[in-house]
Amino acid sequence: MAEVLAEERKLLEVKNLKKYFPVKAGILRKTVAYVKAVDGVSFHINEGETLGLVGESGCGKSTTGHTILRLLEATGGEVIFDGKDILSLNKREMREARKDMQIIFQDPYASLNPRMTIGEIIAEPLIIHKLARNKEERREKVAWLMESVGLAADHMNRFPHEFSGGQRQRIGIARALAVNPRLIIADEPVSALDVSIQAQVINLLQDLQKKFSLTYLFIAHDLSVVKHISDRIGVMYLGKIVELADKDELFNNPLHPYTKALLSAIPIPDPEYKKERIILKGDVPNPVNPPQGCPFHPRCPMAKDICKQVAPELKDYGNGHFASCHLLEE
Amino acid sequence: MEWREIVYKLFKNKISLVGLAIIIIMALVAIFAPWIAPPRNPAEPYYIPRAGWMSEPQPPSRDHIFGTTEGQYDIFYGIVWGTRTAFMIGFVVVGASTLIGIILGTISAYYGGWIDEIIMRITDIFMSIPFTIAAIVMTTILGRGITNMMIALITFNWMSTARLMRSQVLSVKGEEFVQAARALGASDLRIIFKHVILNTIFPVVVQASMNMGSIVITASTLSFLGIGTPEGYADWGQMISFARNWIIGGQGNALKYWFTVVIPGTAITLFCLSWNLIGDAFRDILDPKMQ
Repeated sequence: MAEVLAEERKLLEVKNLKKYFPVKAGILRKTVAYVKAVDGVSFHINEGETLGLVGESGCGKSTTGHTILRLLEATGGEVIFDGKDILSLNKREMREARKDMQIIFQDPYASLNPRMTIGEIIAEPLIIHKLARNKEERREKVAWLMESVGLAADHMNRFPHEFSGGQRQRIGIARALAVNPRLIIADEPVSALDVSIQAQVINLLQDLQKKFSLTYLFIAHDLSVVKHISDRIGVMYLGKIVELADKDELFNNPLHPYTKALLSAIPIPDPEYKKERIILKGDVPNPVNPPQGCPFHPRCPMAKDICKQVAPELKDYGNGHFASCHLLEE
Repeated sequence: MEWREIVYKLFKNKISLVGLAIIIIMALVAIFAPWIAPPRNPAEPYYIPRAGWMSEPQPPSRDHIFGTTEGQYDIFYGIVWGTRTAFMIGFVVVGASTLIGIILGTISAYYGGWIDEIIMRITDIFMSIPFTIAAIVMTTILGRGITNMMIALITFNWMSTARLMRSQVLSVKGEEFVQAARALGASDLRIIFKHVILNTIFPVVVQASMNMGSIVITASTLSFLGIGTPEGYADWGQMISFARNWIIGGQGNALKYWFTVVIPGTAITLFCLSWNLIGDAFRDILDPKMQ
């Protein structure tokens, strides 16, 4: 799809974004350390495209999404949305800006208020941003939104617990669409769903992208899901982006050893196919005390001396294929 | 769960039905007090009429169906109008202190940080003072009278609600639906009322219902100690206070003046019991593990 967008326009640009969580201890609750959940992440998303963000749990991909939307306040860096610096907006300006950027949450059970009806949930954004002139118009819009995401409009007066996981996720999508946003951050929108339902929801997201010309930041830990929906993919490890490239480029020619290991872990439904699985040693290091040098070096099968001392930078290796690894520099 | 469903279950539950029935009867008595026991002086209906100045209580008779207590105050009149007093003390004190508790607890948990720290330390200070003693001291300072007594009770009754509400809000405010509302651009007030309070209020309602009974007992205690309502005011606690000298009976008959204690005592007990029954049933309905 990248070719179609000849004139690419950056909708969202994230520069050196940081989010540190203080670790407090003692009676005086002094800050003794920081969890560097997001540590200098930079990327951009062009209008109409889907950027996939993958990584194992705890690597900071969800925190990145939440920090962009200021559901968490960033420790440092810049988030530029359509020319506006999101992180410097005041409370009122931010509320206005939220109309353009929405989020779909991971857990369809926790993201809907159990004491509100579906109609009330989807109508809430319309009320907050005064997007309907009266009750009648609001009702019509809610009905239309419900139908757009494949729900029957006459279920408006039901409560969330009466719906299945997939249906609830559709409700969450309808709520996000209600403000007519330009960017949607999908925070692992299908990881809590059955595989069969996953496909439906992903197809719905793709249909809606075309229909409403949406831009997605699609966060997931499942590479095959991301491969299906994304134009470009960023791989995160321990709060940093280690590789960022076009989808096909990343899958056919992975540069970073971590990406290679992740790709080798994708199951292939072919019993004849013998593949070489790269098994990583150990666990993700503690983000309170990340290893010196390259954060990946303790688990990297090809680590050298320089990896233990100097942190590699994210560099362009041609055609917008970014990676941060010392081994590539030779 | 929906309100309609809760009310339905409340009526289906036999225990809570008993409680509800007693409360409804008492409420009717309170509402129709001027017809059940017409006041002798309509300007001051809460003062119990006296049938003389004799000290010794008189047993139930035609004129005084529950008898008279010390000072010839009519027990029947005192019970009927005392129902109003009990409801008033219960609703005003529990209502006001629950409201204070909800507001402080919600602000404390929702905003956190130093606001939380200040509110919770103030709560701790209030909690460290023994409730009855604090109420006694405060009523003494403010002076006798039902309004002052209620002020004293409210002042020292909001802390547990504040703490309960705080813990509830803390658990709900991290939920994704609250984040979703924030992502939509909802204001703090909207998030608090529409999302947080709606999902935290029920345990507080249960606590308030249980509190209705105990606060009326405390008010009675203050009246019994002679620092609550003014003398002659229709109040169950004071009626027991009148019986203080007659509890042990007299002239070889320990039960001679039973009516002075048993009748107001029954009224208080039934009132507390029924609120507790409702509270219990309410808690069971709301606790999914009990179903």
